[in-house]
Amino acid sequence: MTAPISISLEVNGERVDTYVLPRTNLADFVREHLKLTGTHVGCEHGVCGACTVRVNGDIVRACLMLAVQANNASVETIEGLSDSGEIADLQAAFRDRNALQCGFCTPGMLMAAQDLLKQSAEPDREKIREHLSGNYCRCTGYQAIVDAVASTARARVGRAS
Amino acid sequence: MKASAFAYARATSVKNAVELLAAHGDGAKILSGGQSLMPAMNLRLISPELIVDIGELAELRGIVVQGDILTIGALTRHVDLLKSPEIAIHAPLLADAIAHVAHPAIRNRGTIGGSLAHADPASELPACMLALEATIVARGPQGERRIAARDFFTGIYETALSSQELLVAVELPTAPHESTHYFHEFARRHGDYAIVGLAAQAVIRDGRFADLRLGFFAVGDRPLLTAAAHKLINVAISPTALSAALSALDGELDPQGDQQATPAMRRHLARVLLARCVSTLLSRPELCVGGLV
Repeated sequence: MTAPISISLEVNGERVDTYVLPRTNLADFVREHLKLTGTHVGCEHGVCGACTVRVNGDIVRACLMLAVQANNASVETIEGLSDSGEIADLQAAFRDRNALQCGFCTPGMLMAAQDLLKQSAEPDREKIREHLSGNYCRCTGYQAIVDAVASTARARVGRAS
Repeated sequence: MKASAFAYARATSVKNAVELLAAHGDGAKILSGGQSLMPAMNLRLISPELIVDIGELAELRGIVVQGDILTIGALTRHVDLLKSPEIAIHAPLLADAIAHVAHPAIRNRGTIGGSLAHADPASELPACMLALEATIVARGPQGERRIAARDFFTGIYETALSSQELLVAVELPTAPHESTHYFHEFARRHGDYAIVGLAAQAVIRDGRFADLRLGFFAVGDRPLLTAAAHKLINVAISPTALSAALSALDGELDPQGDQQATPAMRRHLARVLLARCVSTLLSRPELCVGGLV
């Protein structure tokens, strides 16, 4: 029974029907099988947040989910959010505010930040920090990241009104 | 690291999951939300032969209030508890505690049943179960049995569940109108495992505790429902009475040392939490000053 198992899922809007070993986690699946390498693998035990993806609309740790558990699910990776333009303004704000240096944490940061902005139109800095608390950044000291998320929130509220 | 190879079975019903456990014994592990099991497997702390995935058993997910009992299905996710109006009304302690359980991406997957069955002594929910007088419902080959939370946690990652039993639900008495609660934990980063934490449920009448249940976590090999609370029930709370409770608490603690804190630091922080809890619940800030903490 350790043999590959058939799974069907949607990744960034595209149907994927394939076979995976039960031990393959979702992060390795999207990186190695689908060559979507924007999802990063850092700690592999749920601490760093670099592997954050969306499953059925909710952010999750891709290193703490088996690919077989994503059967019948809709998975969105950073490539999906980036290509659709959903987070173009957030990405621009990260660039403008120097909210990244090496960029390793950035895909996960963007995923978590967009998740917050979808739930809360104008979060204060404390709320932003709390929502991003599960994502490590070793370059920026977080200040610039919080700045970028806060300015994106303000800009979106401005556009909506 | 990556998890070692294992076989995988997707349970089709609770009965099916129990049969799979019975057939494979200790070699099998239940996969619920995976937020504790997957790290342990990735770190190769455990290498199960068979993973029984119960993730699709919708019957195990949900929150129901019937009479004065709140039943939470094992597969109910942390995020569901956080957003549930029933939990906010009937078990507000749990709502407070959940906000401290890990991070949003983990709360979206992690389940109450998984957290309790994993029984990490530093996690929040087991201590809440003690403070809330929960009953754990398990199903095995012999049928269903109910285990009081105080008998459920037996050691580090150890519970009263046998290897053939599946945790299916948790039952909590709904909080009476006059009850109140306190939750706080010390952690280096919001959402990390606590260095020391306290989940407390109380009934206060005329400035005294008519009831007080104090569930400490990360102070020993299992969550601790401290007997020191009895020194505070139905007495006038003076600095002397609080001091006696703090000494009694100290005698019950058996904290481990690790990279986060020494045993002495954990003892100190547990005392700080108890003093702050009593002072906050009774709205008496003067109890928290001076030489006590």
